[in-house]
Amino acid sequence: MNIIDRRLNPQGKSLANRQRFLRRAKEQVVKAVRDASGKRGIQDIENGEKVTISTGGVREPSFHRSGAGGVRDYVVPGNKEYVEGDTIARPEGGGGRGGSEGSPDGEGDDDFRFVLSREEFLDIFLEDLELPDLVKQKVKQTESHSLTRAGYSVTGSPANLNLVRTMRNSLSRRIALKRPKPAEMLELEELLREAEDRGDDPEKLREMRDQLERHYLRSKRIPFIDPIDVRYNRFETVPKPIAQAVMFCLMDVSGSMTEHMKDLAKRFFMLLYLFLKRRYRSVDIVFIRHTHEAKEVDEDTFFYSTETGGTVVSTALEEMQRIVKERYPENEWNIYAAQASDGDNMSSDNARSAGLLRDGILPLCQYFAYIEVAAEHNMGLSALGRETELWRTYKTVQGPDLPIAMRRVRSRREIFPVFRDLFARDKAGV
Amino acid sequence: MTAVIDKPDSLLYDGADWDYDQIKRVYDAIEDIALKDMGLNVYPNQIEVITAEQMLDAYSSIGMPLMYKHWSFGKHFARDEMLYRKGYRGLAYEIVINSSPCISYIMEENTMTMQTLVIAHAAFGHNHFFKNNQLFQQWTDAEGILDYLEFAKAYIGQCEDRYGHHAVERVLDAAHALMNQGVHKYPKKRSLDLRLEQKRERERQEYQEQTFNDLWRTVPKVSIGGSRPSKSVSERKKLLGLPEENLLYFLEKKAPRLEHWQRELLRIVRHIAQYFYPQKQTKLMNEGCATYTHYTILNEMHRRGMITEGAMLEFLHSHTSVVFQPEFDDQRFSGINPYALGFAMMQDIQRIAENPTDEDRYWFPDLAGRGDGMGALRDAWANFRDESFVLQYLSPHLIRKFKMFSVRDDAEDPYLLVENIHNERGYRGIRKLLARQYDLGFLEPDIQIVDVDLAGDRKLILHHRVTNGVLLDESDAKAVLRHIANLWGYEVQLVEVSALSEAILKEHAVTAPSGMGG
Repeated sequence: MNIIDRRLNPQGKSLANRQRFLRRAKEQVVKAVRDASGKRGIQDIENGEKVTISTGGVREPSFHRSGAGGVRDYVVPGNKEYVEGDTIARPEGGGGRGGSEGSPDGEGDDDFRFVLSREEFLDIFLEDLELPDLVKQKVKQTESHSLTRAGYSVTGSPANLNLVRTMRNSLSRRIALKRPKPAEMLELEELLREAEDRGDDPEKLREMRDQLERHYLRSKRIPFIDPIDVRYNRFETVPKPIAQAVMFCLMDVSGSMTEHMKDLAKRFFMLLYLFLKRRYRSVDIVFIRHTHEAKEVDEDTFFYSTETGGTVVSTALEEMQRIVKERYPENEWNIYAAQASDGDNMSSDNARSAGLLRDGILPLCQYFAYIEVAAEHNMGLSALGRETELWRTYKTVQGPDLPIAMRRVRSRREIFPVFRDLFARDKAGV
Repeated sequence: MTAVIDKPDSLLYDGADWDYDQIKRVYDAIEDIALKDMGLNVYPNQIEVITAEQMLDAYSSIGMPLMYKHWSFGKHFARDEMLYRKGYRGLAYEIVINSSPCISYIMEENTMTMQTLVIAHAAFGHNHFFKNNQLFQQWTDAEGILDYLEFAKAYIGQCEDRYGHHAVERVLDAAHALMNQGVHKYPKKRSLDLRLEQKRERERQEYQEQTFNDLWRTVPKVSIGGSRPSKSVSERKKLLGLPEENLLYFLEKKAPRLEHWQRELLRIVRHIAQYFYPQKQTKLMNEGCATYTHYTILNEMHRRGMITEGAMLEFLHSHTSVVFQPEFDDQRFSGINPYALGFAMMQDIQRIAENPTDEDRYWFPDLAGRGDGMGALRDAWANFRDESFVLQYLSPHLIRKFKMFSVRDDAEDPYLLVENIHNERGYRGIRKLLARQYDLGFLEPDIQIVDVDLAGDRKLILHHRVTNGVLLDESDAKAVLRHIANLWGYEVQLVEVSALSEAILKEHAVTAPSGMGG
């Protein structure tokens, strides 16, 4: 008999099958994911999801008899009262009481239910989305550098001395050049002294003294550690793409922003956060809210505390600029910004905001998204295309080469389409 | 020291935790009882310890340690995993594979008593059955199966690389749909040797590669027999070996537009279906044999003082829940539990052989009182399948014990009719009907390829011989026909014919698919 412990075998043997299954059921899974993400809060979107798909594409048909019609016989256990010839009312749903005719492989069950992992869910959820081309170019250009170990070198700073390597070289050199070992020399000295004490043959004594002398000379000429033994750890600088991003959330919190509008903004920010998080190792978020003055705040304050005052957009842009300068140097961070507003701004501030955006913010940013949120019931007016102050202002900034995008959102339903629209993979580019 | 049996000395283990030494000791003790006392004859054993996750893995690939890749296994895994994680369903304690060496998977979570139970059940019970039952001997090649699966996995992987996932999936989907119709039910001339299979395919491929000459492709094809007169129908059928009930075999050999590798895929699925065919026919006996074996062995171990009272109670607890048979009006009822009926029948055979009643003497004149219950059981295990086993051995005693009764469900009547109950008049009827519930030949629809005109429109015609007026499930039948059409390349028609009157009850047809490269 053999006992084999298989517990350490690679896990996830069925992964390849699972991928094939997901690919097969792709259409239905994508639909299920979209439905599911519509139903729940964006906060929970990162969790895995139990999805239910129709068995259509993943049905495994086989020839088998249908569940109805014809004559069937069953043998079942547990008779209590029946005698031959008794009749029993037909149970609901027709026959099929006997186990043998039961449905093979859960057939007849229209839906197939299973759990998608968080990764799979997000993959499908954010499928086809890509950072705009422009950003990618920028990522390529602005590389930072890091040091990587790259073998050993004969020069370097003492701090980088590699002791093991050095000592190994030293040892092999000493062996190769037959440097006498200290123990050997001590032994020889001891022998010499004994011989001297005994008063041995002077000829022999001289020979021993010569040998000792040669040993001394040799160990002096062959140093224990020679400069040629010394090795240093060598480091190379390698360019590495920036793997961190910061996301600025800018929002107008003046009285005209309703809870509904804030909710829309929040959802958009969340999506952007999720999306960035998949592309960068670490993502920082900075929340800047503004009325007629701007302040960096924490998330709770950002979304839930109210503030009164006028609306001066340029303050927020200035605050952002300041924070970037202080904490997020442009060459180390990918900077994204999303601004949500109902479109109000003080008329006197428009020119200043436009200037700031064009000359101060956009050159820093990989991408700047402006989302204009509107009240849901207000559809009629906005649909007529009445443009808000801020919209008109930003429109002047918009240009083909500038990383800015503007969209209007009215209801929750539109958030995801708008988001997809902004980041959808450029079809012409593929 | 005297030779007094000192309990702690004979004790093999104590407590719930297991380790390899204990398993080894327990295995040796079980082997001693199984081979010497029970006279079992088993393949060498290989016991593999796995985790719950690996158990789920094994589930999804129909219990085999290695399997080619296909989405349906991923689907089963996804469902099993969800059911398991949500707690709707537990995992099996073991999986055992009909191979030589016989591989039993045991889970690391099991207690030592469970491991003992599982080793007795799988490594000796099932193992003995695999090695000795005539169906397995005739139809499966335990020595070759693992190598063959490895070959199949590699071959299908290669095909995926060479011809694309989609093309391979298309063939495998179709083959899977026909798996139940892909077995030979009656033995042909030669026995199955899976090693030869592999060799044959490899040699064929090598030969093709060696003799490849692109020149032949450029030679214009001469159309042979374009004006050949078509043969008579019976001659044509004879040439094609029709009627043929093994649909996969027919398609593999005769489908006009398949590439060689596609035929090979069909062949692989067919071999696997054939390998599992005996297991489907012997579920009741196989489980009965294994359950009887573990019950006997564990009791003997307890008698010899090898396991503690606590372990014995734990064993009895899980044993009784395994052989529990809910009654028909119980919510938990889902057909007859093969463990329950199988185990009860094995015990009953032993009882009849050793302590028969008058009734038994009347019903089983050859068996009753012959003594040597174990010998009688070994005979039964070797020579029967579920259907014939029930027909031969189900005793009135058991019918009464299970209070079996038979019900006739005629769709034209408003009521179900109780036909037989557990009394003198009903025994034979119940036995016959129950046996039929285990007869695959009766359970699975009888579908055959009856005709095709290869020189004409190449329409493939299948017949379903309808028994008891039960037709095929329509949407599934249609889907399977579409799969057949994908392989066949031309129109396919399925006619449902009444077995009694030869009347045509229903017809399904699927037109030729487009885009199957030929």
